[in-house]
Amino acid sequence: MTSHYCPHTPQEMREMLDVIGVADIEALFAPIPPELRCKTFNLPSGMSEFETFARMQQLAADNCSQLALFIGGGFYDHLIPAAVDHLAGRSEFYTAYTPYQPECSQGTLQALFEYQTAICRLTGLEVSNASLYDGATALAEGALMAVRATGRSTVLVDGCISPIARQVLATYLSNQEVTIVELPPLDGLLHRDELAARLDHDTAALLVQYPNVFGCVEDFSPVADQVHAVGGLLVTSVYPVALGMLRSPAEVGADIAVGDGQSLGNPLSFGGPSFGFIAARKTYIRNMPGRIVGQTVDKNGRRGFVLTLQAREQHIKRHKATSNICSNQSLCALRGLIFLAALGRGGLVELARLNYDKAAYAKSSLARLPGVTVLQSAPTFNEFTIHLPRPADQVVAGLMAKGIVAGLPLGQFYEGAEQLLVVTVTEKRSRKEIDLLVKELEVLLCN
Amino acid sequence: MQLIYEQSVSGRRGVTLPASDVPAAPALPANLQRSEPAALPELSELDLVRHFTNLSRRNFSVDTHFYPLGSCTMKYNAKVLENAAPLFSPLHPLTPLLPGGSDLCQGALGMLYDLGQMLADITGMDEVTTQPLAGAHGEMTGMLLVAAYHKAKGNKKKYVVVPDSSHGTNPASAAMAGFEIVTIPTAPYGDMDLELFRQAMNGEVAAVMMTCPNTLGLFNPHIKEIADIAHAHDALMYYDGANLNAILGKVRPGDVGFDLVHVNLHKTFGTPHGGGGPGAGPVGVKQALVPFLPMPRIVHDESSGLLQVQTDSPRTIGRTANFFGNFGVMAKAYAYLIMLGREGLVQVAEQAVLNANYLKEQLKGWYELPYEQTCMHEVVFSAAKQLAHGVHAIDIAKFLIDKGCHPPTVYFPLIVKEAIMIEPTETESKATLDSFIAVMIEAAELAASDPSAFGAMPVTMPVTRLDETKAAREQTVCCLG
Repeated sequence: MTSHYCPHTPQEMREMLDVIGVADIEALFAPIPPELRCKTFNLPSGMSEFETFARMQQLAADNCSQLALFIGGGFYDHLIPAAVDHLAGRSEFYTAYTPYQPECSQGTLQALFEYQTAICRLTGLEVSNASLYDGATALAEGALMAVRATGRSTVLVDGCISPIARQVLATYLSNQEVTIVELPPLDGLLHRDELAARLDHDTAALLVQYPNVFGCVEDFSPVADQVHAVGGLLVTSVYPVALGMLRSPAEVGADIAVGDGQSLGNPLSFGGPSFGFIAARKTYIRNMPGRIVGQTVDKNGRRGFVLTLQAREQHIKRHKATSNICSNQSLCALRGLIFLAALGRGGLVELARLNYDKAAYAKSSLARLPGVTVLQSAPTFNEFTIHLPRPADQVVAGLMAKGIVAGLPLGQFYEGAEQLLVVTVTEKRSRKEIDLLVKELEVLLCN
Repeated sequence: MQLIYEQSVSGRRGVTLPASDVPAAPALPANLQRSEPAALPELSELDLVRHFTNLSRRNFSVDTHFYPLGSCTMKYNAKVLENAAPLFSPLHPLTPLLPGGSDLCQGALGMLYDLGQMLADITGMDEVTTQPLAGAHGEMTGMLLVAAYHKAKGNKKKYVVVPDSSHGTNPASAAMAGFEIVTIPTAPYGDMDLELFRQAMNGEVAAVMMTCPNTLGLFNPHIKEIADIAHAHDALMYYDGANLNAILGKVRPGDVGFDLVHVNLHKTFGTPHGGGGPGAGPVGVKQALVPFLPMPRIVHDESSGLLQVQTDSPRTIGRTANFFGNFGVMAKAYAYLIMLGREGLVQVAEQAVLNANYLKEQLKGWYELPYEQTCMHEVVFSAAKQLAHGVHAIDIAKFLIDKGCHPPTVYFPLIVKEAIMIEPTETESKATLDSFIAVMIEAAELAASDPSAFGAMPVTMPVTRLDETKAAREQTVCCLG
């Protein structure tokens, strides 16, 4: 059977079997003991690519994609320049694999070097790897990296970090000899007294996030000093688009910065693929997880790029590696690079400003509604928390019927937070949509 | 080629953003504001497009070159898959966690649910989680499941057993889950040494991680016996699905005694490798491990007939990634599976094995073949004969680059000296294989006649051999502005 996918004609197969010296293909499976052979295999029969695509369209149509999204929670509905899809869609990029043979992989290698540079410039830190899986696993890897670098075993975690990322962190570290101490949020901010009480000479790191899950942005510089004073590291999880405006992790005093790159040119796509980034001060480079691209020269003195410091990695160090990661999210990181390069120095600032202004407009409009109060404990970027006069779940369900996803209710993540809603406003939300959200919420609350 | 940063001209822009339709908000307090914008490159859209297009041309890829990278299953990635994934782009992953939200994404949840069922059928498992984001991530998830299973049973377990031919990710993933590693040597016949394995097993072994066929491309005929020995010590059998391509529809890991598996969608199920990722590493488990699966899970609600999302369960290991994994990769793998179907998948295994054995027969007169038996989807040679002339596996790799062929995996598995690990995959035509054979023979002849010729190779690429020591010493991993 010749298909568009498996190309051999019956005659070619006969010739090949003759070369091998067997009667039929089945003979090649002789090493498998007959009693182990598969008895049931129930997959449906195949179909043409046209029918396949039609089936995928049917599945896609069974989702509601025409919603005005005021929900973020770590996954943001941002614009993606057309060039991102077209360039990352070049199959020379997407059908290559890990650049183990550098001479014929300079495209991927140079792009990853440029990506690492973009992450370093964004975070202000000196070294970056070539990507991790996502922001949540990057947070876990950042914690493990701090544990290795300090030789200590306690990780303090700000309870204002995304609850989902904290769950991933807890799962990653569950069988390691590491103690996680969660600091309960205080008014949507890091509990500074609790921190002071917990910091000691076994503190490997403090993990914080900005903007945090409530949308709040606070000044962590004094915290960095406190953590450093006991010999611990500050790990900041950051939203890269916000870095168009907010102080960089290096300016804050962070030793390690991590985050999710979805907002940089990767579609929401029901949660993946995106990419995680990790950057650090240079002194910690040997503790980094994952692949790193380094610059060098060839025999003729020409600049080129290679995978470097591979002695940290699983294919060489096996169980002593800095992480088990092998495949990363290279193509998504490439999208991130193209996105950042398309925007450029001024564009990222402008994008951040658009988000900031639109969210501020929404925040002040919502604050005028009777019974709605805005969490005012700190400045915000493009997300903020409001307190509703009734359960946020009810409100979200009610507005969903109007084609609006009003935000992320916090009740499922924090005790006593049933009436809190985090509202996100990206540059994609028009003033008209924001006004509609405000109007529909007002109508709902009046009934 | 210039770096993109070297082409930057202050004030240029590659994209125009929409004008603001809201009033400007008061500035942030100074102590929260960035002092200076990040020094991102500034280029016009055309210059940006040219830069990345030209970079892409400096890559070998499956679409441009034969790419027989052993252990990586670099099969052709059907184009319809690329069209399918973006259909789901606008879906926010938190939607199903909102009240009534799962009603809004039944298509996506249904696709994941069906994919899980198909993967369970293919691997002989009872349930599948699609959460793990890559093969190694699946392994780590699997090892956390193993740890949770033993903990729940009150078992005191400490070790994970791996053969020395295993992928480096196996021991690394077991270590991430807190286990110590016991490595079993490979016997002269190419499989894990059964006697040494038997001796190594005891009540403290939590799991045995196996790749089958193994990284030598050999199917272990004693696999059932190994599983029986492991189970006698209440150790679980973990199947590393990296080489599943060879046995699709022929053997199901679940039928030969494996308790849990991961599959690499980017290897076996036709999704592209992306220059190093994203992949996806769903994990399938037998019933006994189901209570420990990570959250969230998709469950079928009998009363409404709808799919719902379960976010907690008393014995779950927790969460190894945000949601349902690399969803876009799942969509491609799902399209691949429904397109190929049952007969198509069997044909994949058959032709992958046919192609590997054809290469083995045609090249064994020229390269040392340490394990002569019938191979599965890949064949491992050694450049030992060429080394006698001073030519290494890496030299042959560079020769192949000059001939327009991506080299096979070299120096892995570690147990074969000067290893050359070739995995042609099922999608390559006989003509492509024949020209590869001709090039490999040419390399062997050149190694015998003029071994010094290899030193300068490759000569056809933008760069020739690179100084890796300098890279590691100088650690220039970014270009500071």
